[in-house]
Amino acid sequence: MTITFLLLAATTITGTAAAMSLKNLVHCVLALTLGLVSLAALYLQLGAQFVGFTQILVYVGAVAILAAFAIMMTRSAEPAVLTGSSSFRVSGALIALVVFAVLGWAVWSGTGALAVLGPEPEAPVNEIGVALMHRFVLPLEIIGLLLTAALIGAGILAMDETRRTK
Amino acid sequence: MTPMSGYLLLSALLFSIGLAGALTRRNAILVLIGIELMLNAANLNFIAFWRYGPHPEALTGIMFAIFSISVAAAEAAVGLSIILAVYRHSKTTDLDQMNSMKG
Amino acid sequence: MPEMIDQIFVLLKHWLLAYVPAALQPIVSAVLSVVPVLVAFPLLFAITTVLERKGLGRMQNRYGPNRVGPFGILQPMADGIKSLTKEDIIPRTADQVVHFLAPVMLVIASFVVYSVLPIGKNMVLANLNAGVLFFFAVGSMVELSVFMAGWSSRSKYSLLGAMRAIAQMISYEMPLVLASVVVIMAAGSLSTVAIVNMQAGYTGIWPRWYVFTPWGLTGFVIFMIAATAESNRCPFDMPEGESEIIAGYYIEYSGFKFALFFLGEYLGMFATSAMAITLFLGGWAAPFSFLTWIPSYVWFFVKLLIIIMAFIWVRGTLPRLRMDQLMNFAWKFMLPLSIINIVGAGVWHLIPAGFTRWLIDSLLVIVSCVLLSRGIRRGKSFHVRTYRFAS
Repeated sequence: MTITFLLLAATTITGTAAAMSLKNLVHCVLALTLGLVSLAALYLQLGAQFVGFTQILVYVGAVAILAAFAIMMTRSAEPAVLTGSSSFRVSGALIALVVFAVLGWAVWSGTGALAVLGPEPEAPVNEIGVALMHRFVLPLEIIGLLLTAALIGAGILAMDETRRTK
Repeated sequence: MTPMSGYLLLSALLFSIGLAGALTRRNAILVLIGIELMLNAANLNFIAFWRYGPHPEALTGIMFAIFSISVAAAEAAVGLSIILAVYRHSKTTDLDQMNSMKG
Repeated sequence: MPEMIDQIFVLLKHWLLAYVPAALQPIVSAVLSVVPVLVAFPLLFAITTVLERKGLGRMQNRYGPNRVGPFGILQPMADGIKSLTKEDIIPRTADQVVHFLAPVMLVIASFVVYSVLPIGKNMVLANLNAGVLFFFAVGSMVELSVFMAGWSSRSKYSLLGAMRAIAQMISYEMPLVLASVVVIMAAGSLSTVAIVNMQAGYTGIWPRWYVFTPWGLTGFVIFMIAATAESNRCPFDMPEGESEIIAGYYIEYSGFKFALFFLGEYLGMFATSAMAITLFLGGWAAPFSFLTWIPSYVWFFVKLLIIIMAFIWVRGTLPRLRMDQLMNFAWKFMLPLSIINIVGAGVWHLIPAGFTRWLIDSLLVIVSCVLLSRGIRRGKSFHVRTYRFAS
């Protein structure tokens, strides 16, 4: 339980909680990036350099920017007028609280077996590459297919429909 | 309290925040972001278990996190383009107002 | 003796470190490494602004700045004083916090990427295992700060500029990354230091830079075009086209913050150029084996200056592209070509060394280049342009 972990955990929670609760959607996206960057820093702290940088590249460089683009294109940057009942807000928050309570209880009571801190594990980029090309080659190919399908599908979905029928 | 339970608790909290956001927010984009947060919580678990698990040299946790990040990216792209397509029809991203099927 | 001059900065640092108490050594060592970078590149920025203005002036048949100091070389100082003393205006409707954070984030992100760039032999701030990935990851933060600047200003021009800039940066980031994949394949490492070391040898007097292979040359050209687009420079300067949207996303900034944007943009350009040097042009390695007595950092900065000159030359020569031309070029030409180039690099490593692999690889690149450029021009006819309002 180091001070670095506490700081990064605090920024992660602050960022993500703000992302889920702020009114202005653009502020939400910016807070989200703060949370995700601190999460990437947590990965770095855990020794997973490659995953941490991938996290920044994918989430800050692509997902957050895409979300910002979507916000701009759907004109939802202006704070929406709240309508309807707020009963679902309360119940949703309650469900989340219950889920956290259950997960927290499970973590609290179940991780005694893994308390021993082993030596710092190494995850050099080369080994990740070798593993991707040997043991994990089938998942890699499937991910490639999935990403290609997502690229084409997203393009077609977002395309103007008048142009598609032409 | 062990170091790993700190990470796991953080991950649980992150998951709950994402869940709360996905359930309570009305804007479709924010619901999508909430789902992304839940995926991220799972990733943090994978990395923590890789770090403190008995076989870190197998790299399984890292691999799962990498694949999960790629799937999340694909999901975000498709999800946001669906939101754009829906917006073009109904001129709103408010999930409560997308109720044209309502009797 | 050349060895010593080459390592003079490293030796100087160790010599200074010896006088510091052991407890403070890590901090002092970090400061001693970071401060020269923080000084050298803004200085290069100052030199570049005056070079650019004079070079552009010459290309446009005028003198350029020639009033401040001898031949106008003190112009950057005058610019700096001017921007520091100007009033810092924040629009009333602007989002104050985000408006302030955007230039700060841009400059921080632009500086952080220098930590993985090897400036000379043994002269790199952090030899990361995944250095190239780090470079692209931090580089993608720039897009976010552009968005913050454009959105928080609450001006149509800045929002338009930000949207254009982000669309362009995302589209060209893919060819940028894919073009560097060929080098990563060849070097077998993501570490910038390892990549430079792989290119350090010589065959005869000729260097073994990756640019001297078919896939390396293609990758280099793609990388440089994409880098031009990433740094929003002419002919891809649509996000800040003065004649259309005035200055794009930083139109509502004034005074020191405007200068920060300017600085961040140039630092980004230097960083991508330095990355191109690291990946394709052998980093700090000398171009001929008999020139290795010149210190490595000198070679690095000479290469950087040559690339900057090329940027200025291109800016003075080419007209601005239109949005659809820009996007078509990125997605229908650059992206397929860089993927084919990766295949070409793979084929290169499978075929034993010799003339055959040169032939096969060059043919692959040239044929795909021709086919793709025919594809992008299909259905378009080029003729003398007529202006609607002219007659």
